[in-house]
Amino acid sequence: MKRWSVLLAALLLPIPALALTGEEAMKKSQAAFLYPGKDFKARVLMKLINRDGQERVRELTMLRRNVGAPGGEQKYFMVFFKPNDVKDMSFMTYKYPAKDDDRWMFIPAVNMVKRIAAQDKRSSFVGSDFTYEDVSGRDIEDDSHAIEREEKVGGRDCYVVKSTPKTGDADFGHKLTWVDKANFLPLKEEQYDRKGARYKEFSADEVAEVKGFPTVVRRTMKNLQTGHRTEVGYSKTDYNLGIDDSLFSERFLRQPPRKWVD
Amino acid sequence: MRSSTLLFCLLAALPMAARAEVAFSGFVQQNTAFNSDGANPDGRHYKWLEERARLQVDATKDAWHLLAKGDVAYDHLGRQGESELREGYVDYTADGWDLRIGRQVITWGLGDLVFVNDVFPKDHEALFAGRPLEYLKRGVDAVKLGAYPEFASFELVLAPDFRESRIPDAGRFHLFGPPPTATEKPGQGEWSLRAYRDVAGWDAALYLHHGFQRTPSMRPNPNTFFYPELSIYGASLSGRAGEGVLSLEAAYYDSRQDRAGSDFTVPNSQTRLLAAWQTQPWEDFTLNLQYYAEHMHDYAAYRAALPAGFPVEARWSPTLGFRATQFFLHQTLRLSVYASQNTSNGDTFLNPELRYSFNDHVWGAVGANLYGGDPWGPFGQLARDDNAYLQLRYEF
Repeated sequence: MKRWSVLLAALLLPIPALALTGEEAMKKSQAAFLYPGKDFKARVLMKLINRDGQERVRELTMLRRNVGAPGGEQKYFMVFFKPNDVKDMSFMTYKYPAKDDDRWMFIPAVNMVKRIAAQDKRSSFVGSDFTYEDVSGRDIEDDSHAIEREEKVGGRDCYVVKSTPKTGDADFGHKLTWVDKANFLPLKEEQYDRKGARYKEFSADEVAEVKGFPTVVRRTMKNLQTGHRTEVGYSKTDYNLGIDDSLFSERFLRQPPRKWVD
Repeated sequence: MRSSTLLFCLLAALPMAARAEVAFSGFVQQNTAFNSDGANPDGRHYKWLEERARLQVDATKDAWHLLAKGDVAYDHLGRQGESELREGYVDYTADGWDLRIGRQVITWGLGDLVFVNDVFPKDHEALFAGRPLEYLKRGVDAVKLGAYPEFASFELVLAPDFRESRIPDAGRFHLFGPPPTATEKPGQGEWSLRAYRDVAGWDAALYLHHGFQRTPSMRPNPNTFFYPELSIYGASLSGRAGEGVLSLEAAYYDSRQDRAGSDFTVPNSQTRLLAAWQTQPWEDFTLNLQYYAEHMHDYAAYRAALPAGFPVEARWSPTLGFRATQFFLHQTLRLSVYASQNTSNGDTFLNPELRYSFNDHVWGAVGANLYGGDPWGPFGQLARDDNAYLQLRYEF
């Protein structure tokens, strides 16, 4: 059915590509990348690799539940397995569009739950090259978006969207996102500093279909200035598991249910 | 709970553990703290000097979970038999409730190294002697029942035996006042209750505690340590405010053993207040500003009963403090500074620390504990106990 309506739309609109604005492309991209399904689960293995090839590993289970429509509120739950000094630590985030997140952390060594400040979404996520924004999304309204051109990435047709922060106090100048025209996943992203120099590069290294949702299961973020990079692999990826809202509570932050965390 | 009961509980759980998923982890650790300001009362130059090993066992089967966390240590400063069960408990989790039985660490409240509603036992010596922060908490032998109906969550902690906080060793630290010749521990247990829920985006909690003071009071002739009866009624609130997180906490300390306030050996009834604000002004930097105050309720009675020559505490005892934490090198290097000063008695505490993760298994920390203030204040008495410390841990 979906396919037919897409085909119908394509026949009715002579140049559908031009009908799409940069903002629409980014909205669809965010929906495809960060919002598919009602909920989502993955075992995440992050490798933090420095210029000399030395590796550090961060391993966690990530659970997500959408509260509203794509672009709306989401809840995230993370439980760490590695390294040993953060084993059994857990994090919970209520993510809101256009305002600061609520974040909580559980420290098992002293059995304490703590609400933590979450002003800087551009901060590194657990020391990796990904920021909190890279993990859970940047507000579309924070930038103006324009489709610059169309280009192929790995044989797939993409829109190249230029996003420029609306306010001057952002820590980057602009970014370019290569959005897959077929499934709207970001296949590549380049971040430029305020002087216009490219300093960070994201690539979607492997896309797999999980329960009908195209999912980036391997990705890399490279810092071109320091030579540091972070490679992320998802396993046990799944959608629409029926994760209950009650999971996102202090009770389960202290004792993550094994049903969801493996 | 007596250790035999505890052992029984753990043994009873063994058949379950036999068929369960089991995971082992632990560490070996070196921990040294040497004096930077003269010798100990016992003439030594170290506050702490030990090697320590931990083994932790986690076993899970269906709704059951067992955790046992034990340490053995070799102390170079003459303490014998340094082994301890840090935690050992069994969890049972049902839909709307859960149960934890055994030795467990519990932390309530919002303060950073100040305690308003965190009524559970501490190890103050661990903090003062440059040990890793987890050792600030001692486990309590208890049954903890959690209930989670729609309208709020509840935690009820029943501890059949009293467990005290550990105070610094008089051989290693310069403590104000004479050592006790005897110690009287309460023969009864304690109970504590916490109820919490979200209120308009804020984390709200109410606390009740019925038990005893955790740190001892001294009764003269003969000098005897004892733990006065205490009930605590408290509340806390924490949520987003401005560009940060605001934490508010208050408690009424009902000194049941001396409600008139006229027994100078028993702490006066108190109000404790805490206000803290945490913010992240730039990447990988967190600042927590903290105000904490204790207010004596029966001050006139306290002053009238206090024998001549004893140091006089102020009615209001406010402490200002902060913790600043900056990460570097992909959050593998952490510089943190904790500082506090009591504006009524000049009690000061400064704890800078640098911690580095060499790799995913090995981390080390160097830091210092610096004290100042009047010789009868909790930190002021330690003015000659300044130390620098080293912690080095391999985790597996």
